[in-house]
Amino acid sequence: MARILGGIGTSHVPAIGAAIARGVQNEPYWQPFFAGYPAARAWLERVRPDLVVLVYNDHGLNFFLDKMPTFAVGAAPEYRNADEGWGLPTLGPYRGHAGFSWHLIESLVEDEFDITTCQEMLVDHAFTVPMSLLWPEGSVAPPVVPIAVNTVQHPLPKPSRCFALGRAVGRAIASYPDDIGVVVIGTGGLSHQLDGERAGYINREFDLLCLRALAAEPEVLTRLTILDLVRLAGTQGVELIMWLVMRGALQEKVRTVHSHYHIPVSNTAAGLLVLDNAA
Amino acid sequence: MSTARVRRRPDPIPGTYIFDGEMAQKGYALNKMCYSFNEARNRQAFLADEDAYCRRYGLTNEQREAVRSRDVLEMLAAGGNIYYLAKLAGIFGWNVQDIGAQQTGMSREEFDAKLAAARVRRAS
Repeated sequence: MARILGGIGTSHVPAIGAAIARGVQNEPYWQPFFAGYPAARAWLERVRPDLVVLVYNDHGLNFFLDKMPTFAVGAAPEYRNADEGWGLPTLGPYRGHAGFSWHLIESLVEDEFDITTCQEMLVDHAFTVPMSLLWPEGSVAPPVVPIAVNTVQHPLPKPSRCFALGRAVGRAIASYPDDIGVVVIGTGGLSHQLDGERAGYINREFDLLCLRALAAEPEVLTRLTILDLVRLAGTQGVELIMWLVMRGALQEKVRTVHSHYHIPVSNTAAGLLVLDNAA
Repeated sequence: MSTARVRRRPDPIPGTYIFDGEMAQKGYALNKMCYSFNEARNRQAFLADEDAYCRRYGLTNEQREAVRSRDVLEMLAAGGNIYYLAKLAGIFGWNVQDIGAQQTGMSREEFDAKLAAARVRRAS
């Protein structure tokens, strides 16, 4: 049976991808951010996942307002990236795992999560940037099964629902018959707001609370509403819900392997959290 | 009845636009145009003839005026969603700090300083 090795929460800001493309990771602006990642890569090298489930939000590459699924699961043999309009190099393609995807889909629907299934799905920076951070050029990433969560158009799925989805993802992994190790990644955040007169909003205290609570008592965060999250973390800080899906997939007690926090990366507070499922 | 709670408009958060069903309907044409800018040839077509491109997507007068004046707050008020607007901003060579500075009425340097200050400052 498949085992869940652990989970990672990470920022996915496009500017990180641009910095990697320009090779400026050691410049003073970027060094404190990138310094967080060797520890995450060392953990991945130790646990050696055979498969990644990556939970992210599409920012208008694959989905438009004509059809906006709340939760969408990739069921493709591979995932392509494409031009998002502002100059990031196109990366990939990324290997998928259609067999696991369909197992996940069957299991989620049986669990009453009536998700959208995608045999073609372009993945944007929220997928590619974390992959570049965790499997830099020269390393071989395991196959990835993406889950996209709507954070574009309200109503967004509630934090409690995202956590429950994570629980269902965890059950799906545990019931997969092959003996493989799986890491679940949630991308986005932490606090930031791009739009409105409140643009540039960052909430360090709340972010640090989130990093602690995600490990020890995620229920604290699942009691928040989406509007609470907008108020506390900014309009795009709601991306914490992807981290809650990740956390939900893990067991109740986890061990924090690594936690990193840096302000600012672009308009955001950047976070990284590595949780090992063997508490 | 539980429907009242579902229909209730959210409490406003100052300086914050909740992109809900009402905004998604209002902003559809503008956002659809911005979504088209994922493709380089569409970005070029916009630059070649902005008026014709906006007409092709059926922008409302309010949306056309907001785009003409390059005013992000006006675009948001006209139903624009920031994720799609960011693709339009890319055509103008703006990144999200430039957009932040414009919306907050700050210079780019002031806005960058505001972000950096969040390292030590309490959220406000």
